[in-house]
Amino acid sequence: MMTYLAIIITAIFVNNIVFAQFLGICPFIGVSRKLGSAVGMGGAVTFVMTIATTVTWILQNYLLVPLGLQYMQTIVFILVIAALVQMLELILKKIAPALYLALGVFLPLITTNCAVLGVAILVTQKGFDLMQSVVYAVATAIGFTLALVIFAGIREQLNFTSVPVPFRGVPIALICAGLLAMAFMGFSGMNFN
Amino acid sequence: MKFTDTIFNGIIKENPTFVLLLGLCPTLGTTGSAMTALSMGLATTSVLVCSNCAISAIKNLVPDKVRIPAFIVVIASFVTILQLLMKAYLPALDKSLGIFIPLIVVNCILLGRAEAFASRNSVILSLADGIGIGAGFTIALTLLGSVRELLGSGRIFNLEIFPETFGSLIFILAPGAFIALGLLIALFNFIRNGRTS
Repeated sequence: MMTYLAIIITAIFVNNIVFAQFLGICPFIGVSRKLGSAVGMGGAVTFVMTIATTVTWILQNYLLVPLGLQYMQTIVFILVIAALVQMLELILKKIAPALYLALGVFLPLITTNCAVLGVAILVTQKGFDLMQSVVYAVATAIGFTLALVIFAGIREQLNFTSVPVPFRGVPIALICAGLLAMAFMGFSGMNFN
Repeated sequence: MKFTDTIFNGIIKENPTFVLLLGLCPTLGTTGSAMTALSMGLATTSVLVCSNCAISAIKNLVPDKVRIPAFIVVIASFVTILQLLMKAYLPALDKSLGIFIPLIVVNCILLGRAEAFASRNSVILSLADGIGIGAGFTIALTLLGSVRELLGSGRIFNLEIFPETFGSLIFILAPGAFIALGLLIALFNFIRNGRTS
């Protein structure tokens, strides 16, 4: 139980995927202009990341490792993720149209979200078992959503401030993200090992 | 003439980092020092040049509907080749760049250039585009890496510029990556557009 708790706290706060590991920066900057779309993107990433990590973990440990094909990891994982996103889109459209409408726009964007492939590779590098991998994926996705939502709130406020012309848009957003990352660094004092 | 124009277009007018804002994850994640930044830039460039040429060569053979998956497979194959080569010949560098080497696959720059340029132009021009965009990315990364290394530890490429005690460690840590990149993009905007635009 303690290990799961440690994985969760570490993935959300201490090693936040955006602020400490620099993964998923493109959607972090791109989809954080409005609070609503930030929540939608966070939900879609949580959904895809959990399923993708589960599927790739099973493939890695029951197909690639027994056959000695670990070097094919990158190709297999990215194809699985791309196919999975397409399939999820079709399934959601049929089974849960409400959820599809909420997440629909964000799903295709996720294929090139490096956080999804990143987490799939990271769990194999860390040598997690299936349960730990799933917990890690969910917690990482929650950390991503948290970062995205906080940042969207800040950017909505930024619209009302007067910023020097060269800094308008992305530069000032990046500097705010830096300050936010500094705040998250405070969590690095928590050590579970 | 068009060949050199395409190269310079990638370095300045369509600089992937400062103008198009693509591929920000490796830009922030591997620029803790000038050396790792330069290596990451060169690694990405090598994949980009190869994938651009290959995609341009097969563009007429691939049906339009499966275009994107086909491009991803081509890019992933070159990334795998690079991964294996680095593991064999540059194991120390491979360790320091870590997960960012396999993640070249999902770097938006590669798929973006494949879609926007290589699938529409000749192999020679795609080669030029790969070199240009790759050089633009490498220069941007090395610049950011140098700035962070200098402000953080007083060194550039491990050459001491001022004593380390005057450096501000924050620029080597995660927050400094965001702040330094924000400042550099603002500077780039300022040089391009002037104070008012």
